[in-house]
Amino acid sequence: MPFQPGCRRLMLQIDILLSALANGLMTGAVYALIALGLTLVYGVLHVINFAHGATLTAAMFAVWAAHDGLGIDPYVAILILTPLFFALGYALQRFVIGPASHGSDSNILLVTLGLSIVIENALLAAFRSDTRSIDVPYGFSVIELGNLFLPLPKVIAFFASFLVAALLWGLMAHTDIGKAIRAVSREKTGAALSGIPVEHVYAVTFGLGAACLAVAACLLMPTFLVNPRVGNAFVLVAFTIVVLGGMGSVPGALIGGLIIGVVESLSGLYFGESLGQIGIFLIFILVLLVRPAGLFGARA
Amino acid sequence: MLEIRDLVAGYGGVPVLRGVSLDVRAGEIVAVLGANGAGKTTLNRAISGLIRPDGGSIGFEGRALAGLSAPDIVALGLVHVPEGRKIFPNMSVRENLELGSYRRAKANRAANLERVFAIFPRLKERTGQSAGTLSGGEQQMLAIGRGLMAEPKLLIMDEPSLGLSPLLVEEMFALVARIAADGLAVMLVEQNVVQSLDLAARAYVLENGAIAMAGAAGTLKRDPTLMTTYLGL
Repeated sequence: MPFQPGCRRLMLQIDILLSALANGLMTGAVYALIALGLTLVYGVLHVINFAHGATLTAAMFAVWAAHDGLGIDPYVAILILTPLFFALGYALQRFVIGPASHGSDSNILLVTLGLSIVIENALLAAFRSDTRSIDVPYGFSVIELGNLFLPLPKVIAFFASFLVAALLWGLMAHTDIGKAIRAVSREKTGAALSGIPVEHVYAVTFGLGAACLAVAACLLMPTFLVNPRVGNAFVLVAFTIVVLGGMGSVPGALIGGLIIGVVESLSGLYFGESLGQIGIFLIFILVLLVRPAGLFGARA
Repeated sequence: MLEIRDLVAGYGGVPVLRGVSLDVRAGEIVAVLGANGAGKTTLNRAISGLIRPDGGSIGFEGRALAGLSAPDIVALGLVHVPEGRKIFPNMSVRENLELGSYRRAKANRAANLERVFAIFPRLKERTGQSAGTLSGGEQQMLAIGRGLMAEPKLLIMDEPSLGLSPLLVEEMFALVARIAADGLAVMLVEQNVVQSLDLAARAYVLENGAIAMAGAAGTLKRDPTLMTTYLGL
């Protein structure tokens, strides 16, 4: 018996919905990775790192340069760029942000804002304002899952983001440096008196934040493009995720990232692609009104 | 083992300590007494590297501490259990203790954990509990336990009896005596004069940022001017 036309339309709608959901989850996982870096630094230094977006842009250019100049595959570049950006973040906090802010939180804020301007303009000078992308053979590969066609790079990004989040969680829960990070986030004096070098811990945290961005950049580049301002769009979304999940909360960033990814994808489906981000900011305002501490945040 | 000479320290150029000299010898309990605002906490903060002294010298086992950071000083075996406990409220009791050996005695962590649990059995019952949910007395035990995890040679305790009920104050002093009985040198900084003098071999009285009296604890205890003049009791 042939399908009734109405039934068929319903099936099609469900497929579209499912595909939007899957796409949202996959994008959301990368958002979560970017938010993870932001929330980690916030949790310890109690300030928003305004250089987060510019650092992401720099990481994306690094992926592009590695691919275009040296022929390094973006997934291989993870192994090189992650330690490199960890070292970069460490050095920035230890030798630039820390000394320049003289222990005042508002100064950290301004220094990171200044850094973001410097980085963005340096990238602009070096790469011009052209939008660039990389060509990889698997860029348009898809995985078929029932009636769903999932782009391979996005599937990889989804699982890799979870892997990084799990590694980060393990680091925070089970290693001395992770415990030291959590200790410093709440009790600096007690940490110093226990023998924990607070400045080093700050710098490691910053390094981890930058390392998350390097991984995110490697996962994004096979399907995305880069120009000197691209990081800002991501960080605005990441900031919403951090607020939604609870400032400083690692599981909050993860769940928040997935939620935001799905919301963006669904509002893109129903309101049109160009209005996809409206849903995100509606959620942002709703969270601020109803649950300002976020899903996993400690109540003030 | 701790030699402080003419120490001047304060905040933002305003001196709190105005030339303090004192000694703690190996294996002894020394009490540093003083009313609120006498400079006790500033003294501790200067010794443990939280603030830079403006003058004078601090030596530990013959080594000058000038310029060393707080973690470096912990690494030497001089451990400060701060006033107000300063435990990590977001972390479990076990994690708090583990971090006590972040810089020193890391290899003996498991053995020292058992030792601390033997001294403070109540902490053992609460290993997985978040430290912020402990009672005041338990938090104080945790702070001392965290200090002991570094296998200190000298333990500075800043007001361990502060905010505890009279019964717990008794218990705390008994515990300090027990810890010191193993030969650990203790500098006990307290407002609780009578009990501190019972416990300590020697004592210093801090008044307005300078040492006003010093001597054997037994002698000071019988001195009628101690209570009235210097401690405002």
